[in-house]
Amino acid sequence: MIAETGHFALILALVTALAQCFVPLYGAHRGDRALMSVAGPAALAQFSLIVIAFFSLMHAYVTSDFSLANVWQNSHSAKPLLYKISGVWGNHEGSMVLWVLILALFGAGVALFGGNLPLELKSRVLAVQGSIGVAFLLFILFTSNPFLRLDPVPIEGNGLNPLLQDPALAFHPPFLYAGYVGLSVSFSFAIAALIDGKVDAAWARWVRPWTLAAWMFLTIGIAMGSWWAYYELGWGGFWFWDPVENASFMPWLVAAALLHSAVVVEKRNALKIWTILLAILAFSLSLVGAFLVRSGVLTSVHAFAVDPARGVFILLILCVFIGGALALFAWRAPVLKAGGLFTPMSREGGLVMNNLLLCTACASVFIGTLYPLALETLTGEKISVGPPYFNLTFGLIMLPLLLLVPVGPLLTWKRAQAWPVIQRLWAAALGTLAVVILLLVVLHRGPWLTPFGVGLGLWLVLGALVELSERIALFRTPWAMSWSRLKGLPRSALGMTLAHAGVGLAIIGIFAVTTWREEHIVAMKPGDKLTVGGYEVTYIGEAPMTGPNYTGDAGRFRVMSGNREVAVLASEKRRFRPGNQETTEVGLLQAWSGDLYAVMGDRMNDGARAIRIYFNPLISLIWIGTFVMFLGGFVSLTDRRFRVGAPKTARKLHAVPAE
Amino acid sequence: MAMTTMTSRSSRKQKRAVVILAGLAILGIAAGLVLYALRDTIVFFYTPSEIAEKNVVPGQRFRLGGLVEAGSVVKGEGMTVRFAVTDMIKTITVEYKGQLPDLFREGQGVVTEGKLDASGNFVADTVLAKHDETYMPKDVADRLKEKGVWKEGKGAGS
Repeated sequence: MIAETGHFALILALVTALAQCFVPLYGAHRGDRALMSVAGPAALAQFSLIVIAFFSLMHAYVTSDFSLANVWQNSHSAKPLLYKISGVWGNHEGSMVLWVLILALFGAGVALFGGNLPLELKSRVLAVQGSIGVAFLLFILFTSNPFLRLDPVPIEGNGLNPLLQDPALAFHPPFLYAGYVGLSVSFSFAIAALIDGKVDAAWARWVRPWTLAAWMFLTIGIAMGSWWAYYELGWGGFWFWDPVENASFMPWLVAAALLHSAVVVEKRNALKIWTILLAILAFSLSLVGAFLVRSGVLTSVHAFAVDPARGVFILLILCVFIGGALALFAWRAPVLKAGGLFTPMSREGGLVMNNLLLCTACASVFIGTLYPLALETLTGEKISVGPPYFNLTFGLIMLPLLLLVPVGPLLTWKRAQAWPVIQRLWAAALGTLAVVILLLVVLHRGPWLTPFGVGLGLWLVLGALVELSERIALFRTPWAMSWSRLKGLPRSALGMTLAHAGVGLAIIGIFAVTTWREEHIVAMKPGDKLTVGGYEVTYIGEAPMTGPNYTGDAGRFRVMSGNREVAVLASEKRRFRPGNQETTEVGLLQAWSGDLYAVMGDRMNDGARAIRIYFNPLISLIWIGTFVMFLGGFVSLTDRRFRVGAPKTARKLHAVPAE
Repeated sequence: MAMTTMTSRSSRKQKRAVVILAGLAILGIAAGLVLYALRDTIVFFYTPSEIAEKNVVPGQRFRLGGLVEAGSVVKGEGMTVRFAVTDMIKTITVEYKGQLPDLFREGQGVVTEGKLDASGNFVADTVLAKHDETYMPKDVADRLKEKGVWKEGKGAGS
């Protein structure tokens, strides 16, 4: 009964979304305020209905209602509660319900917090948002209905892929989807602006927080996925340039570019047409990502079910929205007036450079991801494009961008001089150079390029610190003065500093771990010792173990540093019921200097175990760096000017930005 | 008055030209990079019978895909392991030093990456078996279907 309610709620949501799409659009065209006002309540109603549908499905999962085909295929009664809940989006149908839920949530967010938007713009934004809702609700109802019943009712379910039974992965899809779908708001704003024929500073100010939120969620979502791959797959790596990873990385890159170009629109009223195009592209890449992952053209852990009908349907959605948006762009973009002037050597010029390089980098990832597909379709030849391609192209394109990151914020608007910038950055440059030379002299391990890579990251961190100390006049005024200046800084400036420093931290981690990692693959018997990364690791032995829905063997390792026992690590090989799928649990010791990473392998003929032990230096900096980026986004989101956008003061209730 | 508009217009054009030229330069360099990388870093995918057909020479890096022949896995000294990969037409011996993935099983699909040695054995440095127990690497499945040795249902999802 609850499942039928959910199904019915989805159908009602579709009807509401249709109303949300067409009524306000017509109203805005006619200038009818009553019709335009339908948008807000419709968005809220659509959201409530999808909430009902989503929780009906969750109820079925939590109570293990195997009369639903979807629950039967993807759940098991012995599964821990967390994974019963996360199992809702651990499959194709459920994840699509999550997708429309978040889509509707963002729509409701615009309806609630968009109090200071002009009614016409707001109604058009919500109408476009509604049209995306219509497309995906149709997709769910016609090709991916999670509420289909089974008769007779099976006694037990098939279970969730054990690799997905992991806390990081339980929350990875919701964050990632919030990022993908969050970009739909920027898209809707862009389309509404094209219909309106008007883009100004206020528009940029409204669209920025939504882009920022989406970018933050993407950042965290990607980081969680990467952490999962590192910790759960047991391969010791954190990024594989897998097509599915690329699918989430491309919108991230373009969203980052959009964040920067929206600044130019807001402050200088320039780059308007380009910003609109970026907003369209960012969401288009989200849709392409969804298509690649869901249509089955790529095989991976994310491709839940290969169903040509679904692929065709998503392709159709893709063509309608991307094609429609670009056609509208071509038709209406000339209407937008070009804005302020600037010389190439200026803050604007720097941001244009940022955009060019980010978009080119994204294009290189795009080509590397789709080239094998295109080649196979055209010639039948099968190839794989792997990390060497991406390291070469993406790496080299990003290099100048990263070198310029500390320079950009020090440039002045309109026309900048080189000398003051050099004057301010010499300390950071000197510090970076000193560390690079020190590393070259002290360390003889790994390629000579690595110290420069670490130096690049350091350059970003120091550059961010210099920029901050310049703003608060550190060392030039008394401490109390600097402190009060720091408190008085606009939050968005502080957020930018944090985000740039976060990129630097992550880069240090990436270079350190990819080139300085120690890797040992050995056969070990109980009592055998191995020295890794300054630790002495002893294999104690293994013991059988049982969990709620698996059995396995747990190997234990004593880790000594000098004469002191630091930790006893446990690595497990688990066999899950049902299906007998094996997974590996990694034994992990995290320290500032790096991670000790131990994985049990197969049992050898002579009773020994194959064991892989890695030392991954400074890898924590990757996760810390991404978190600092996220934090930077968050701090920036709390900036006052996003709340006080219009001359009319917003009401108290509206003073809180969307979370 | 006319003079100032003239200069501002021409400087606007100049500035725009600088931006456009910089953009084109970046795109050009990037395109060159991409083409170079695509020529040098991509890896072709072959089944055992295609190795003979395409005259793959020793030392060329490629991916080999097929089924792990039942009963062929032999664990050797240290961490080395030998197994045979077959597409039901031809079979090739693979040598691999390292740890096999969790889902590596006899009779199931596998993709390995490496080079042929002088004696015609495949020396792999990477073995991929994907994440699902019913999963068959798509490349392998396609090829096996082409060769007509694909058994329906074997690789189908639950």
